Amino acid sequence: MNNSIAKEKIVSLRKKRSLEDMRFKYYGFTAMCLSLAVLVFLLYTIFSKGYTAFQKTIVLLEVDYNQKVLKLTPDSSDEDMEKGKFFRVKKQAIENFFPDLSKSDIKLVKKLFSINVDKEIKDYFLDNPEVINTKQQIWVTAHSDVDQLLKGNSRRDVPEDRRKLNDIQLSYVDQLVEENRVKQVFNNFFFTKADSRHPEIAGVAGSFMGSLFTLFTVFILSFPIAIGASVYLEEFAPKNRITELIEVNISNLAAVPSIVFGLLGLGVLLNVFGLPRSTPLVGGSVLALMTLPTIIIACRASLKAVPPSIKEGALAVGATKTQAVFHHVVPLALPGTLTGTIIGLAQALGETAPLIMIGMIAFIPNIPTGLTEPSAALPVQIYLWVESAERGFQEKSAAAIMVILIFLFMMNAIAVFLRNRFERKW
Amino acid sequence: MSNSKILANGVDVYYGSKQALFGISMDIKEKEVTALIGPSGCGKSTFLRCINRMNDLIEICKVSGSIKVDNEEIISEKTDVVSLRSKIGMVFQKPNPFPKSIFDNVAYGPTIHGLVDSKNELEEIVHSSLKKAGLFDEVKDRLNEPGTSLSGGQQQRLCIARAIAVNPEIILMDEPCSALDPIATAIIEELIDELRLNYTIIIVTHSMQQAARVSQKTCFFHLGELIETGETNKIFTNPDNTKTQDYITGRFG
Repeated sequence: MNNSIAKEKIVSLRKKRSLEDMRFKYYGFTAMCLSLAVLVFLLYTIFSKGYTAFQKTIVLLEVDYNQKVLKLTPDSSDEDMEKGKFFRVKKQAIENFFPDLSKSDIKLVKKLFSINVDKEIKDYFLDNPEVINTKQQIWVTAHSDVDQLLKGNSRRDVPEDRRKLNDIQLSYVDQLVEENRVKQVFNNFFFTKADSRHPEIAGVAGSFMGSLFTLFTVFILSFPIAIGASVYLEEFAPKNRITELIEVNISNLAAVPSIVFGLLGLGVLLNVFGLPRSTPLVGGSVLALMTLPTIIIACRASLKAVPPSIKEGALAVGATKTQAVFHHVVPLALPGTLTGTIIGLAQALGETAPLIMIGMIAFIPNIPTGLTEPSAALPVQIYLWVESAERGFQEKSAAAIMVILIFLFMMNAIAVFLRNRFERKW
Repeated sequence: MSNSKILANGVDVYYGSKQALFGISMDIKEKEVTALIGPSGCGKSTFLRCINRMNDLIEICKVSGSIKVDNEEIISEKTDVVSLRSKIGMVFQKPNPFPKSIFDNVAYGPTIHGLVDSKNELEEIVHSSLKKAGLFDEVKDRLNEPGTSLSGGQQQRLCIARAIAVNPEIILMDEPCSALDPIATAIIEELIDELRLNYTIIIVTHSMQQAARVSQKTCFFHLGELIETGETNKIFTNPDNTKTQDYITGRFG
């Protein structure tokens, strides 16, 4: 009798336990689905807001390269051609853009074009000098306001005083659309130009290069130092109070807010050492300091994961400690070390606050070509664009986020690739 | 009567404040197999690792007393552990080939010691070491495959080949067969018997039968003390000490 009661108890407990199992499985599954949904939503928002930035609006403009207006002759030298009066050609082209434009309308029409049109008219001529004294149909960049209107990003049904384009301009744009004198093409400017006050010609090339130079500095500074420090701490350092203190402080440093490192860069690198402001060199140094603890911790973990028997084996055949470490332990730890470094670099890539402190938030309209040139960085660029009032910058910031995400994705891909490659060797 | 190769005198070992070995004195003869037996934690591995100073790796381990190898003191600050370890090879409990090719595993020692001048010489050393370890015929066609792809017994013989490639005089073996099956164990035991002609071998083992089979001398450790040492035959048939008697008859340990 007692026996059967005990049995029943065991059976019901078993049922309860397996139910518990089931429930936990579903909890986990739900959690995963939720996080996936959030991720998909995030990516969707970014993409739906940003994809239009990869297109720009261009307008067909008839330009008359008259030699009298240009003050050039067909025999002019290249240097003279540079000095041609292209602004007069452009003025003429805009005056004749629509038939019978009044003076006030010319002003309005002029605002449909990008500031970059002067340069486009000039570049077209310099590339094809034989077009002198002919009329050419050239596709030139439209103003951001037109661009945004045609992409549907700015609304036309609001009162005139709350619109960038007034009713007359709207009717001109509609006319252009009707006559097929306007179209949307791939926005090469976004990838080839640096920041600009004018959204239609603002690009991420400058901040991308800035980020690249910054990451290069971070890598050059932090990788050797981190490897050296972690190998020393893990393999050579005596275990005493001082090394313990160092270890604790490395973990503490990893938790220090990044803006504090920015202050350090401002106070020490800029003010004491007088390094140039807003440059990848300074930004990279600050970010290297910030990522060092992360990389050291990852490196030490991967060094620790190498079985001690390998080192013992090397020592037993008479290798010195250095040989045992650098011939056997470090190569085995390298995949983990690389992954840790790339995680650190990814962290550095997304960091904004310390860069603001050392002045990388300045408006830099040029693409940097070196470590000591002022430049922006991708996250700071996004911050700047998000802050801008101009509607045209909104899609740009979403697109720049896409660029930074792809950049991160590629870095991780490289990490995985390197890891697999090194692991295959063994 | 062969010569004394290793002479230990009053060796004490401390792990931190805990004493692991109490005044061990021992005389190990040249070209003999000496087996160290005793229950777990009795200090036989600790003693073995004193001989090639592997205990240096353990921060808290302090060794005092005297161990002379070929009449040279090795428990001293001045001892060059690198040359000591090239003279005294070691084979570990768990096979630990480097995650490199079979060839590179054996070639590593001779390369770092600069024992060879040319690729041919290196190849010769690798081949002869593998032959001496009785592994050559099994792996000669796949010297470039990773050492870790071999079976456990083969890996252990690879580690023996790696140890003898630097031409040591003494080989220390720390329970070399504890991770192997009986067939692989038999092969290694046979190998030890052959190696005895050229090397002085000290082997730590938990298997009484193994000690009886391969060794000429046996030392019985208990709780950090050397209880009895003598001819293997004598220890296993007629030990002087009752503790030895109890251990080898399986009454404890």
